[in-house]
Amino acid sequence: MAAIAYGQPMNTFIWLPAEKVPVFIAFLCVAAALLGVFFLKRRGKSFKIRTLPGALAIEEAIGRATEMGKPVFFTSGTGEIDRMATLAALSVLGEVAYKTAQYGTPLFYPNNDPVVASVAQEVAAEAASKAGHPEAYKPENVFFVTKSQFGYTAHASGLMERIKPAATLYFGTFEGESLILAETGFAQGAIQIAATDSTIQLAFFLVACDYTLIGEELFAAGGSLSGDQEVLSSIVAQDWLKAAVILLLLIGAFLVTFTGFNLASHL
Amino acid sequence: MTRRLVFWITLSFGLFMIFQFFIPVFNGAYRKVLDWMQVIYLSSLLVGVIALGLQHLKKVSGQSPGWAYSLVTIIGLLAMPVASIWGTGENSAFFWLFNNLQVPMQSTVFSLLAFFVASAAFRGFRARSLPAFLLLISAAIVMLGRVPIGTKLYFDFPTWAQTLLDVPGVAARRGILIGIGLGSVATSLRVILGIERGFFGRKT
Repeated sequence: MAAIAYGQPMNTFIWLPAEKVPVFIAFLCVAAALLGVFFLKRRGKSFKIRTLPGALAIEEAIGRATEMGKPVFFTSGTGEIDRMATLAALSVLGEVAYKTAQYGTPLFYPNNDPVVASVAQEVAAEAASKAGHPEAYKPENVFFVTKSQFGYTAHASGLMERIKPAATLYFGTFEGESLILAETGFAQGAIQIAATDSTIQLAFFLVACDYTLIGEELFAAGGSLSGDQEVLSSIVAQDWLKAAVILLLLIGAFLVTFTGFNLASHL
Repeated sequence: MTRRLVFWITLSFGLFMIFQFFIPVFNGAYRKVLDWMQVIYLSSLLVGVIALGLQHLKKVSGQSPGWAYSLVTIIGLLAMPVASIWGTGENSAFFWLFNNLQVPMQSTVFSLLAFFVASAAFRGFRARSLPAFLLLISAAIVMLGRVPIGTKLYFDFPTWAQTLLDVPGVAARRGILIGIGLGSVATSLRVILGIERGFFGRKT
């Protein structure tokens, strides 16, 4: 199957370009694993995932903020709405906003992206209503600041200095601002919990925060907090896939070491 | 009703995005979607900026704590678009404001990172446990391998530093990236299929 260039006449049209076949197979595997897990769940099988200390610490951090009468600070970094990390962060925001509304603790969420800000306002409002305290949602506390990376960082750090949060939650995509925010939060004496898909920033969060959710734990945090069985099931599917990838890596390492056959070049 | 509508829009556009990625014939429609996204984005930017302006205007008019900061925000918010009326070329007021206010302010915030890296490294590199001790040793080798004095102390520090970065560093990073990749795809499918609907908004 030869690849075709965009804009070529229809008579040379090929449904699936050759270079996308491995991605398509991988996509089918993920979809099959997810659907398989949902099928098993429908038939009554229940799934459990290991507890994530970072996710459990969120409730503890909100409780501490409530006891101290201080606010909770949340940020999803500089990611836009099309990033999965941002959507995962918004899931966590839903749970955080629910708990803070229940306890009557103020929640601050300055935002770097106008679309994320609009969605975040809806999420926080819905969570407050679900908690039975719609008045707990304050639109002026969940707001858009600026698209400028360091303009946003300056505002978020300044806000932390002024409101002195007892808990700071960094969930989403971060770049150079990660350590500035985390160190400002540390200076306020807040419990700090971070989760990001930015591998370079993970190192900064690991040294500056009390709890750091690594890699895919960010995507599992929302489901882990809400206890939503369907979300938890899909995380089990992720684990199956991870096991399959590890097996593939081991086979590849074995083949290349003992036979010289490079499996990676054929995928 | 609204949530159901959001679900159907998410499902249709999610499936469309999957199809367009694999099947090139949808490329034209995909570009149209990208144009719409720009329109939606700019509209939401306008909504965001108006909301921000109103919020700070409220603070200034009510003289609430920190109102002076809000005044600076409003002035900044108005100054740039007003200055752009007279052009955005090299000799314009807009260009001057950008080069002499915005760029230095952003550089100032960025430069703070150096101090924060030092303070975070000081805390992070304390050998309180075996993993922290290993982190300290690796960090020391990598740092010494990157500066001239490291080579003077021991000629092979740069090789050790590069090996640490290329072998255990890359292995750990790839492990994390595989997890992130799987997590992203699974989250995308959860969103498209409406399993993860936390961000769908209020029930109406």
